[in-house]
Amino acid sequence: MLYQTSQLTEQTFDAIRLKMRSLSTAGPIFGVLIGLSACVQVSAPDKPIVINLNINIKQEVVYRLDGDAKSLINEEADIF
Amino acid sequence: MFEHAKKNKTLAVIGALVLTAVVAVPVMAQRDPAYEAARSAGLIGEKPDGYLGYVTSPSPAVKALVEDINIKRKAAYTRKAQETNSTVEQFAFTSGCNLVLRTVPGEKYQTPSGTWQTRDSSAPIRDSRCP
Repeated sequence: MLYQTSQLTEQTFDAIRLKMRSLSTAGPIFGVLIGLSACVQVSAPDKPIVINLNINIKQEVVYRLDGDAKSLINEEADIF
Repeated sequence: MFEHAKKNKTLAVIGALVLTAVVAVPVMAQRDPAYEAARSAGLIGEKPDGYLGYVTSPSPAVKALVEDINIKRKAAYTRKAQETNSTVEQFAFTSGCNLVLRTVPGEKYQTPSGTWQTRDSSAPIRDSRCP
């Protein structure tokens, strides 16, 4: 009876050990899978992306430079 | 009387010189015929940023022509930007406002949203900051 019990516990320990070993290998795999599923989903916008390169140009500057721009166009008419 | 004739002669010489200068300068600063042809054919057009752009995919000749002009334009904008204490982009953009406005009916220009339009008798679509 005593022997049987000890054998039973031994068997149980073996089972637990085996399970733990499988868990220790499965752990990183699960981690990777969770990591992959946790990726941020980015969907393309339905509107076209318009990048305004002239954001630093203010209207007052354009007004100030207008006369000089006009004279340049007249002076170098071959490239305009 | 003699002095009067002499004075007239001097005036005539000065007048002739002025006339030569007035006539000669526009002839010198004319567009290259190939450039003029590409413009009127609608192959190239004026962009709001002050440079030329391709409306259709360019032939090597047109590409070379546009690149050459755009390099010269950038040099001119850079020089003028320094003189006016502004940035090259600011001066180029202001020139672009004027260049789009100066297109003649049949020529192409690019709207601020990036589409190419053929200029007609109505005013072109320009950036709201254009004077």
